[in-house]
Amino acid sequence: MNLPDPEALCRELARKLRAGVTESTGLVGIRTGGAWLAERLHRELGLATPLGTLDISFYRDDFDAAGLHHQVKPSQIPFDVNGRHIVLVDDVLYTGRTVRAAMNELFDYGRPGKVELAALVDRGERQLPITAQYVGATLAVPAGRLLRLVRDERGGFSLSLSDAKPAA
Amino acid sequence: MRNPQLSADGSLQHLLTIEGLPREVLTRILDTAASFIGVTEREVKKVPLLRGKSIFNLFFEPSTRTRTTFEIAAKRLSADVINLNITLSSQSKGETLLDTVDNLSAMHADMFVVRHSSSGAPHLIASHVASHVHVINAGDGRHAHPTQGLLDIYTIRHYKNDFSGLSVAIVGDVMHSRVARSLIHALTTLGTPDVRIVGPRTLLPTGVEQLGVSVHHDMRAGLAGCDVVVMLRLQNERMKGPLLPSAQEYFKSYGLTAQKLALAKPDAIVMHPGPMNRGVEIDSSVADGPHSVILPQVTFGIAVRMAVMSILAGN
Repeated sequence: MNLPDPEALCRELARKLRAGVTESTGLVGIRTGGAWLAERLHRELGLATPLGTLDISFYRDDFDAAGLHHQVKPSQIPFDVNGRHIVLVDDVLYTGRTVRAAMNELFDYGRPGKVELAALVDRGERQLPITAQYVGATLAVPAGRLLRLVRDERGGFSLSLSDAKPAA
Repeated sequence: MRNPQLSADGSLQHLLTIEGLPREVLTRILDTAASFIGVTEREVKKVPLLRGKSIFNLFFEPSTRTRTTFEIAAKRLSADVINLNITLSSQSKGETLLDTVDNLSAMHADMFVVRHSSSGAPHLIASHVASHVHVINAGDGRHAHPTQGLLDIYTIRHYKNDFSGLSVAIVGDVMHSRVARSLIHALTTLGTPDVRIVGPRTLLPTGVEQLGVSVHHDMRAGLAGCDVVVMLRLQNERMKGPLLPSAQEYFKSYGLTAQKLALAKPDAIVMHPGPMNRGVEIDSSVADGPHSVILPQVTFGIAVRMAVMSILAGN
């Protein structure tokens, strides 16, 4: 299938976010694709608040079935979450389980004022009542296929579609 | 023979000893522990990973620090923790070790953390329990204390970044020390080029060179130019026993003073598994001095135990 150009989607997402964020908005990327995307968006939007990153391995709902992820990285929220406007950033929005886990983790840092969600691609098929406020594009992807963002060594983005078991 | 701690596909089922564990298993535990450090600095110092799991701390031998840090680690993973001080309960009524374990398994234990004065007791329990139950050795006899060895290498990696150029001196009663044994295996597995053990002949096991370490009886030569000094506890019964003249004499030859520490590298770190005997194996000025990382070891120990518990529970 034809995949959209993630660079163009990223510009589109930045344009939509610009209208919704302020100086003090905290951008939080979900590792790994979402963290790359958030890094790019943070630079383009010129936000004053430092960038946050979440690794949701300790919050996944499939721990009993899948065990602990093999490469857990530390989460870093270098600002006070309490009362702040937070935008969670992920590359692909699918079942919504990753976002739920990220929200659970975020609340262990404090009580945000408002939490929104930005995703490069929304592929539908939600299993939880979660929606994104900022979306680069919506795209129907056959179930059982894994769509994810890839970053090359020069920092350029591409989308990859594979047959691997999709992450929940 | 297959390593009894590993399943057929190489995943860690129990943590009984560091000996024979592949480097990747050790590195994964250290990396996972690094992610848990951040959790303990947050407003909510817990993650929901082991919610609904029951972890039994089976301590057949007294311990404060190890039991407490295992308990904190389990609680920060949201597990339910049950502490059993067995010396005071069923064993004094004559129940066997495996009967105790069977009874606790019937209470739906998911994990046992075991300390026992007999080497091999955790191994016996691991080979007895159902396949979904995991066992962590929290110190068995003179054999092994793997989570202490892991927190030691976590501490060394934290301050020295990697092991490839390091000289590590382990000083004291290596013969009776499960801490030293676990640390030596961990260091050699991670490729530390220079591991030295330092102590009087009566407290060093014979043939220890086969583990890939060098042996020094002169502490000054043993400390010369090293990056890490690990002091071992001199157990009280050794101070009066036939192996040493006296605690004072021991301190003179093998106690770590600022003067002796000056022979190590200027940025050397000093470690001790605790509890310390000030004025016996270590001088207070060193224990509380700028080179000492003895208290950070304790803090790192919680994250390391969280890592071991969560990796085991997920396998």
